[in-house]
Amino acid sequence: MSEMSAPYQQKSRFMAFHQRMAKSKPLGAFGGAVFALFLICGVFADLLAPYGLNETNMLERLQSPSFLHILGTDHLGRDVFSRILFGAQLSVIVGFMAAGLATVISIVLGVVTGYFGGRTDMLIQRFVDAWMTFPDLVLLIVVISIVGPGVTQIVVILGCLYGIAGSRIIRGSVIGIRENMYTHAAQSMGARTIHILWFHILPNVMPIVIVLFTTRVGAVILAEAGLSFLGLGVPPPAPTWGSMLSGTGRTYMYLGPWLALAPGICLTMVVYAINVYGDALRDLLDPRMRGS
Amino acid sequence: MTSDNHQDNIIDVKDLKVHFPVTEGLLKKTVGWNYAVDGVSFSVRRGETFSLVGESGCGKSTTALSVLRMQDVTAGNIVFNGQDITHFSANKLRPIRRQIQMIYQDPFGSLNPRMKVGSIIGEPLRVHGQAKDKVKYRTRVKELMRLVGLLDDMADRYPHEFSGGQRQRICIARALALEPELIICDEPVSALDVSIQAQVINLLMDLQERLGLTYLFIAHDLSVVRHISNRVAVMYLGQIVEVADRQTLFNDPKHPYTQALLNAVPEPDPELESSRPERLIIGEVPSVRNPPSGCRFHPRCSKAIAQCKIDRPVLNLYNQSLIACHLY
Repeated sequence: MSEMSAPYQQKSRFMAFHQRMAKSKPLGAFGGAVFALFLICGVFADLLAPYGLNETNMLERLQSPSFLHILGTDHLGRDVFSRILFGAQLSVIVGFMAAGLATVISIVLGVVTGYFGGRTDMLIQRFVDAWMTFPDLVLLIVVISIVGPGVTQIVVILGCLYGIAGSRIIRGSVIGIRENMYTHAAQSMGARTIHILWFHILPNVMPIVIVLFTTRVGAVILAEAGLSFLGLGVPPPAPTWGSMLSGTGRTYMYLGPWLALAPGICLTMVVYAINVYGDALRDLLDPRMRGS
Repeated sequence: MTSDNHQDNIIDVKDLKVHFPVTEGLLKKTVGWNYAVDGVSFSVRRGETFSLVGESGCGKSTTALSVLRMQDVTAGNIVFNGQDITHFSANKLRPIRRQIQMIYQDPFGSLNPRMKVGSIIGEPLRVHGQAKDKVKYRTRVKELMRLVGLLDDMADRYPHEFSGGQRQRICIARALALEPELIICDEPVSALDVSIQAQVINLLMDLQERLGLTYLFIAHDLSVVRHISNRVAVMYLGQIVEVADRQTLFNDPKHPYTQALLNAVPEPDPELESSRPERLIIGEVPSVRNPPSGCRFHPRCSKAIAQCKIDRPVLNLYNQSLIACHLY
């Protein structure tokens, strides 16, 4: 009985939380809704797309938006709307996985160096310094030209890239939290380090983690677009918003501006939506902000 | 020197020294030492309130942290219930930590803002594996809340919903959770309003009576110390200059520093206040990096004699009190 009611309870808590968000942070809730919409589009792209992913129709190339093709067609006569839907799938996967990986790396490195300090901190953070002196793009190009392009490679590389750099932000905040008397109190009552990290340090860096994650999702989607522009992203013909924007979108900008506008607007909307949603999450999850 | 009957002592601190290196430059070269605590000895008897008083920077908090083993000790011994815990490892200390708890000065910083009050109070129980039985655990938390004068339906609130005095009550409840023998109070009321101070002090005294607690009380506010203490030790620049019971210390202070310290308390009656002698103490507190030779108080002492410059006085028994001064 209790096993059955547990997931139900969790779900209703999730719903209640978002109802509260809709009331106190309408913009954040809107962002969440937009993001959820894109997520659904990505997941159900196969069902929603009116045309196939790489269905070409040379007679209908470079058509402007119409009832048949609501976002027009590209230089091979492929339906842009369908490709946007499939692109959502890839971009969201890449964005989420890489930003998630980056956040995990940032938390682990930041908490370890910030909490323990001393020699560990010195060693790891000097490595981070060295890592950050390389321009992102150079690292990306070198690594991808070695391992070859592909979704997994891009997720791992972007995850490491942003994760290592972001560890500095987490570390700074952990150092501040470590100096709080409640951490001291937990130590003096004999709590193990893992208990302190889990119950005192992590919940208090959460606001920063959420902001870091949401900004990273946007950054990763854009970075993937940049890579696709250089031909190092997810290889064609798989559609990502980045490659649509920088490939056909740029080449045929004058003949068919909708080719650049559609993925561009989608990118902007998703990045904006996840950012406002993240801000709302951060505020609502802070007990001090409740009820005010 | 210390009390003769060791069974009655819960804590014996013997010749405690805590020195911090002063480092300079990129390579952290040690260029000197901060003699924060330099040869402090005292004992706390079971069931009493033993106060450490002194100006800020005199080493009273460092002493307390050493007793709690939260501060590495340079030399000396800390004996708790007859066990020398000075060099215990973290694992060996865990059962000791149950018996010594601490109440902090700042009731705002010492409570995790993201934990509910009930879970803050129950944390020591969870840390020491006493929360296996959920029903018992909840009952215990509620009992603790009532004990310190909080309503037990406040358990689901967050710390920011409470006032300073209430927060300090939460800290006290947390300190009591494991039924400790010794509670170290590090300036527990100095961050509170005066009206709240009295409530918290009275709560502490009431709890001591009911639960047979021992307090190591650290403060700089002499009126609070006078109200709560049984015995008082006065510290100056990392050393204890006088240990006496409350009555003796406040009515008949012997050490020139204690006299000066008590004299610095303003008199509420304006007529008495105007007849209060001028400051007995001159100059500034010297740096702990370079303490004066002999008696550390001699450059500021109005009664200093030649010997004070050369010999460091040790605590000697004088009429029931311990005084470190060449005059006695």
